[in-house]
Amino acid sequence: MFDLTPDEWTAVYLSLRIALVATIASLPFGIAIAWVLARKDFWGKALLDGVVHLPLVLPPVVTGYLLLITFGRRGAAGEFLASIGIVFSFRWTGAALACGVMAFPLLVRAIRLSFEAIDRRLEDAASTLGASGFWTFLTVTLPLALPGVIAGMVLSFAKALGEFGATITFVSNIPGETQTISAAIYTLTQVPGGDAAAGRLVLISIVIALAALIASEWFARRAGMRYHGD
Amino acid sequence: MLSVDVEKRLGEFSIAAKFEAAGGATALFGPSGAGKTSIVNMIAGLVRPDRGRIVLDDNVLFDSAARVNVPAHRRRIGYVFQEGRLFPHLSVAQNLDYGRWMSKLEPDPAERERIVALLDIGNLLPRRPGHLSGGERQRVAIGRALLLKPRLLLLDEPLASLDRARKLEILPYLARLRDEARVPMIYVSHQAGEIQRLASQVVRIEDGRVVGAGGLELLDETLA
Repeated sequence: MFDLTPDEWTAVYLSLRIALVATIASLPFGIAIAWVLARKDFWGKALLDGVVHLPLVLPPVVTGYLLLITFGRRGAAGEFLASIGIVFSFRWTGAALACGVMAFPLLVRAIRLSFEAIDRRLEDAASTLGASGFWTFLTVTLPLALPGVIAGMVLSFAKALGEFGATITFVSNIPGETQTISAAIYTLTQVPGGDAAAGRLVLISIVIALAALIASEWFARRAGMRYHGD
Repeated sequence: MLSVDVEKRLGEFSIAAKFEAAGGATALFGPSGAGKTSIVNMIAGLVRPDRGRIVLDDNVLFDSAARVNVPAHRRRIGYVFQEGRLFPHLSVAQNLDYGRWMSKLEPDPAERERIVALLDIGNLLPRRPGHLSGGERQRVAIGRALLLKPRLLLLDEPLASLDRARKLEILPYLARLRDEARVPMIYVSHQAGEIQRLASQVVRIEDGRVVGAGGLELLDETLA
């Protein structure tokens, strides 16, 4: 069933790598912004919330184009980053950036909800026991939010695997560098006789997505069991 | 010696309380909604008074005039909450040690053993709070606060969430605590019976004000 050609394996491997890097690299930012949105009141909070959610409502092509003019070789941020050795344009790292940005609203939302569900009185208890704000966050808030963090990571990973529009706009569709499963399937459907190969990649996507969902369910259940003592 | 003189406005309700508590057990006694918990939260540093001064021994914890406000995590005041508030993701043993870790205290196995024995929680150590009964949870919460080696122990209606049988189960531990732990205690309750068994001094609070301070005679419900 999974009798893939080397090129197809490359697309699968690239997809997994891009989705994984996108998820892990965006996690610290996601946790920080989710915490700020859940706990702080400040001028411009609605704006920050809006900007974070923008990739969810904008056409992906628009997000990809914005990334291109910001992080492309000629872009303001891109030029600076290139000077310190970080290049995004037409590289797999750029695909990871596009996927991370597109998945960010889902990541932040899941983590924010779990922060908001935490009993703040437990944090007060921690502070009376000598825990500063930072240690309270590290030893009480974050562990209690873990099921939400995991759920957010899985959502982000799944979104990153399926990302197509922003990625192809920003870093194109280069086999071996930026061609993910989605882009490979798209290419295969454009050429005569590509149906069989496309079918194989479709099956692979389904397997990966299902495995991710089952794994997240298992992690969340385990974490829940630990906390509620059932 | 604790001296409290605080004012705090909470919406329509306001607190203006001034009292002192020497060593031993002092009860804050008064009906529900009188502001007892808010006063205790101000002593712990969880709620910031609008004005006033809180001094424990020779240590100024809060002074609005001098702009002093020691944060809760630096006050070393043990707090037993009405609902226990054990950390659900940690075992009983880890809950007990949490204060020592966070306050960077040296391990003191003898003291830990003594408190575990005093509260009779040795067989609960590996369990998680979710597996404990209400009474067990409250005993662990008391142990957790004591192992902080606090300068003062605040107990906010520690029996209120328990049924009668569980209350009778905990009361003797609290009496032992008062006699053996040698930590000054502030005991908040609206139950004259509990206070009679535990406290020697009473501060009576009504509607956010101190209406009397003295001995157990203040527990008489007919006084107002």
